[in-house]
Amino acid sequence: MSNMKTMFDLNRADSQGGIVETMNQGPQHATINALEVRNLNFFYGAFQGLKNINLDIEQGKVTAFIGPSGCGKSTLLRTLNRMYDLYPGQRAEGEISFYGQNILEPGQDLNLLRSRIGMVFQKPTPFPMSIYENIAFGVRLYEKLSRSEMDERVEWALNKAALWNEAKDKLSQSGLSLSGGQQQRLCIARAVAVKPSVILLDEPTSALDPISTGKIEELIHELKNEYTIAIVTHNMQQAARVSDYTAYMYLGSLIEYGKTDEIFIKPKRKETEDYITGRFG
Amino acid sequence: MIRSANINPEIFARRKRTNKIGLTLSMAAMGLGMIFLLWILSVLFIKGFGAIDLNLFTHSTPAPGSEDGGLANAIVGSLMLVGCCTLLSTPIGVLAGLYLSEYGDRSRVASVTRFVTDIMLSAPSIVIGLFVYAFVVAQVRHFSGWAGTIALALIAIPVVVRTTENMLRLVPGSLREAAYALGAPKWKVAFMITLRAAQSGVMTGILLSLARVSGETAPLLFTALNNQFFSTNMNAPMANLPVVIFQFAMSPYDNWVDLAWGGALLITFAVLGLNILARVVFSQKVQG
Repeated sequence: MSNMKTMFDLNRADSQGGIVETMNQGPQHATINALEVRNLNFFYGAFQGLKNINLDIEQGKVTAFIGPSGCGKSTLLRTLNRMYDLYPGQRAEGEISFYGQNILEPGQDLNLLRSRIGMVFQKPTPFPMSIYENIAFGVRLYEKLSRSEMDERVEWALNKAALWNEAKDKLSQSGLSLSGGQQQRLCIARAVAVKPSVILLDEPTSALDPISTGKIEELIHELKNEYTIAIVTHNMQQAARVSDYTAYMYLGSLIEYGKTDEIFIKPKRKETEDYITGRFG
Repeated sequence: MIRSANINPEIFARRKRTNKIGLTLSMAAMGLGMIFLLWILSVLFIKGFGAIDLNLFTHSTPAPGSEDGGLANAIVGSLMLVGCCTLLSTPIGVLAGLYLSEYGDRSRVASVTRFVTDIMLSAPSIVIGLFVYAFVVAQVRHFSGWAGTIALALIAIPVVVRTTENMLRLVPGSLREAAYALGAPKWKVAFMITLRAAQSGVMTGILLSLARVSGETAPLLFTALNNQFFSTNMNAPMANLPVVIFQFAMSPYDNWVDLAWGGALLITFAVLGLNILARVVFSQKVQG
């Protein structure tokens, strides 16, 4: 119980402190890391999915993970909110520090952790309930709001996900009645509504048409002012468009990690260059 | 006709012949099945419709030798037995299905439960009736509606368990993950997301189990037995359609035999209605 409490308070305080600091000194100087991954190894049974990963995810920035299929980018993302814990036989070794708290330590409250580190998946997954309830479901898990406060929160979240204008007249309709792109924005609204500090996006646009993709990319730009975002994408142009930092992964290893501009314009490693220029992958 | 140099006309002719034979055989098999089904239904309709009138629903079963009479006590009794059976078997069956799909998964307890459920699914219903007779009726020393309800529930529960589990398994894992990703605890994911997503499938299972038990006779023969008079006392023997049909159809009185036909038609309509309802409920899910 005491663990739970500290984790909750810590990241609240830090995220507020962090915003103040970056405004005063400019982003280059004082960088605060939302997540610090150290010597992370991940196993699917006997198969090693991640090999000795080390990287920092900076607060208030977008970090993209690119690489060919099966390189471990989704696996890495799923260790960050311990989603892998749902499946027996999957385990992680090493350290992932979330504002100073090692989330891989035993005794973590995973539900609380996941409410702080939200996630949006490849395929839109609206719950079988109304649009309003889709958003209220997550909020009710940890907050007790009055009806009017909840109404405000739902509107706020839908606005954040640029869905309010399309959905405001049909809040009581099923979430499944929306189009694919709208459903995915509903899922983003749902993740934002619980006010996490980090949002993980696992190929959020790979099932969507170009227009919906464009809307979601705009959304990522908007959201990074308030949230730390990590995105896995198959689409290198998308990584270049939306991210501040890019990590190139291959066969479970982190090959190169740095500022997106540098990775795409002047990669240090030959393998990264080959992948980015399309010679491989 | 399309011609091609590399087609061997003999092979082509043989294939067409084989096709004709196969089609004929399968049509014949279908026809045989349909003939008997239609025969049963037509006899039932011809004999049953004559017996259906207002008295059937307002009068209780007649005494031997007396004229007229109806099935009111049996209809109400059957509704009560099946209704109580639903109230008993739905929570047990749905919760057990939820356990198998969401909690037990591949554990030993779950696989044993699954195995036992499968055996129960195909257990002869008379065996279940005998079991309830030995452990309920023989203990309290009288037949009762409750004993009948328990026997019917034992038949319905495995059906509900298996359909619930199968329907929950159809819910994509990504939906569960999405709920976990918001920080939802396991029981909320199971009850509020997974079960909700599968609710029309689960409803269908419940309706089909109802259809199954509403025609069961053997388990009621020595549990609820029968009651010549109108009674809603679940602690006493209770009239019900299947046992009334069983007794009246073999009786020497013409009005009893007519009532048996009428009751048979009523049950058939009820089962038909439940099946149609199940299909309607299930098709709603497919449309999303």
